[in-house]
Amino acid sequence: MSDMASPVSSARQVSVRQDIVPRTFVRSQVSPDLPPPLAVGGVIGWMRDNLFSSVLTSSLTLLSIAFLIWALPDLVRWLFIDAIWSAPDGDACRAPGAGACWAYVNAKLEFFAYGSYPRDMVWRVDLTLLIGAGLAAWLLWPSAKHKSAALVLFLVVYPVLAFHLLHGLGPGLRATLSLLADLFGSKPLADVAANSLPVVGTNLWGGVFVSLLVATVGIVVSLPLGVLLALGRRSKAPVARFLCVMLIEIVRGVPLITVLFMANTMLPLFVPEQWSPDRLMRPLIGVALFASVYMAEVVRGGLQAVPKGQFEGAMALGMSWWAMMRLIILPQALTIVIPGVVNSFIALFKDTTLVAIVGIFDFLRAVDTARLDPVWAGPTISATGYVFAATFYFVFCFGMSRYSMMMERRLTRGRSH
Amino acid sequence: MTVQASPQPAAGLATDGLAIEIRDVHKWYGKFHVLKGVDLEVARGERIVICGPSGSGKSTLIRCINRLETHQRGRIVVNGIELTDDTKRIEEIRRDAGMVFQHFNLFPHLTVLENCTLSPIWTLRMPQKEAEARAMHFLERVRIPEQAHKYPLQLSGGQQQRVAIARALCMSPKVMLFDEPTSALDPEMVKEVLDTMVELAQEGMTMICVTHEMGFAREVADRVAFIDRGEIVEINTPEPFFSAPQHERTKLFLSQILR
Repeated sequence: MSDMASPVSSARQVSVRQDIVPRTFVRSQVSPDLPPPLAVGGVIGWMRDNLFSSVLTSSLTLLSIAFLIWALPDLVRWLFIDAIWSAPDGDACRAPGAGACWAYVNAKLEFFAYGSYPRDMVWRVDLTLLIGAGLAAWLLWPSAKHKSAALVLFLVVYPVLAFHLLHGLGPGLRATLSLLADLFGSKPLADVAANSLPVVGTNLWGGVFVSLLVATVGIVVSLPLGVLLALGRRSKAPVARFLCVMLIEIVRGVPLITVLFMANTMLPLFVPEQWSPDRLMRPLIGVALFASVYMAEVVRGGLQAVPKGQFEGAMALGMSWWAMMRLIILPQALTIVIPGVVNSFIALFKDTTLVAIVGIFDFLRAVDTARLDPVWAGPTISATGYVFAATFYFVFCFGMSRYSMMMERRLTRGRSH
Repeated sequence: MTVQASPQPAAGLATDGLAIEIRDVHKWYGKFHVLKGVDLEVARGERIVICGPSGSGKSTLIRCINRLETHQRGRIVVNGIELTDDTKRIEEIRRDAGMVFQHFNLFPHLTVLENCTLSPIWTLRMPQKEAEARAMHFLERVRIPEQAHKYPLQLSGGQQQRVAIARALCMSPKVMLFDEPTSALDPEMVKEVLDTMVELAQEGMTMICVTHEMGFAREVADRVAFIDRGEIVEINTPEPFFSAPQHERTKLFLSQILR
């Protein structure tokens, strides 16, 4: 400590420093990219990151594996190995140790699909579903052309066509057709007028196609109506805003079951008797209305998330309010709320099972009824039916979820860095 | 109180065809009196730069011109059309008055080209081909035609602002309003935007610019206005404005931003 100022040591320090300075490292070339360390990529790296990153995750991983070992073999045995795949009746399924009775599902498939729709006319349902699926695919296929034409077909032409295919030609239309046949003296047209597409009342409709019908009507009505309600709720016009807020809050404030009961019992009171809606029409209106108010709130969230600058940018270009909403604000707002919209659709799709309580014979009701058939009754029948129903609902909902994620990626492409 | 507050355009410019006439405009935000009787006349082809401390009401004033803000008293006439609550008139005025924002406000879900053609197609009913040709013409003028098919967020800030200028020009505006167009830009991008604005000024566009770029003001402005606490304190041609400011508040402001 005492020799801190000694000339010898300071001289040495200086010499050392001079020695270091010329060796200062300056890179003369751009350093090359190196491959990542092994532990980052590959199976081992993935497992370390995702399954065993800490004591907690490691123990959760082990617990999960233990659970799968405990549950999976029995499940696989019941679902596949011990399952009865084909049988003429329930005898084989009633045997002790028998698994799922897929033969029963197979035998009841028509009933599940069409309910009590006359068997010789189910081609009408098939054709309707086929056309609907075709149009839906056209609309949903991301790079498809002429989407506005598809939209008009789907929203205007298809409902009319589907109604006449499923329900049959009403007396008015039939009379018009026969009048036309007389006018042109056309024999085939007269035949069509007299015999084709006899009326099948909605009391015979049932099964998957009714579930799809309720869900499709709900989805197709709720999105545009929800958008309108959301715009109304944010409108500056006090009357429009008040009406929208009231409708949203009232319908949202009661359970769907109540809405269905009200649609069933109160709608006929409000309209003249001859205009009284069909028994299937009432829950359709109820479900669509219920879905719309939820959709309105989802869309409102999206509208609020669009920055104020977007409104100002559009307004400053002299765009009208409708043009601004349609071309600038809604495309962005709806993209933001895709997860919420699809969430509503999925909830709606599953909520369609509630129409059973007002006497509509939907898919779940069909499954529930079919299990009481004495030919098939047995210990595994109920479970098999419900597993089948669950699988059906899951496939549709999971499909919607995946599709929405794909669309989300497509629509947000190019909007981030 | 105000010194040299001559609301008349500089000599030599035609005063018969006023582009913008602002008379005794007042505005309140709640109880806060933002604009306290602003008078300003802008002749066709005139370039006005408005400066002032933040919160002085300069952005509010320029946003009143195309009704992004409403004024509560006084009158504003743009290209002979007086601003009222009539939606049709407001839309007409907005079509004639292009605006460039501090934060660009480009539409992120549309490509650069679509940003430029959207309003011409939907509000001017221009055929798509013509709108695209016009958009490409203006994108070339702001020197980014090669970015036409990219999305706005894939561009740099300076490029985005130039797209915003091109988008406004596609409506063939008679007046251009710039609301702090360079304030949100990284320093190295300010020049490319200012260069575009200078070119525009040299072509005779009527411009009102709210900006702190005093170099730009010196170079292109016919008059520079200083706004403080909701009123135009001083307005003059650039030379005397910068070399001999009359009002204490102007002197203080200039000493703060010109170091």
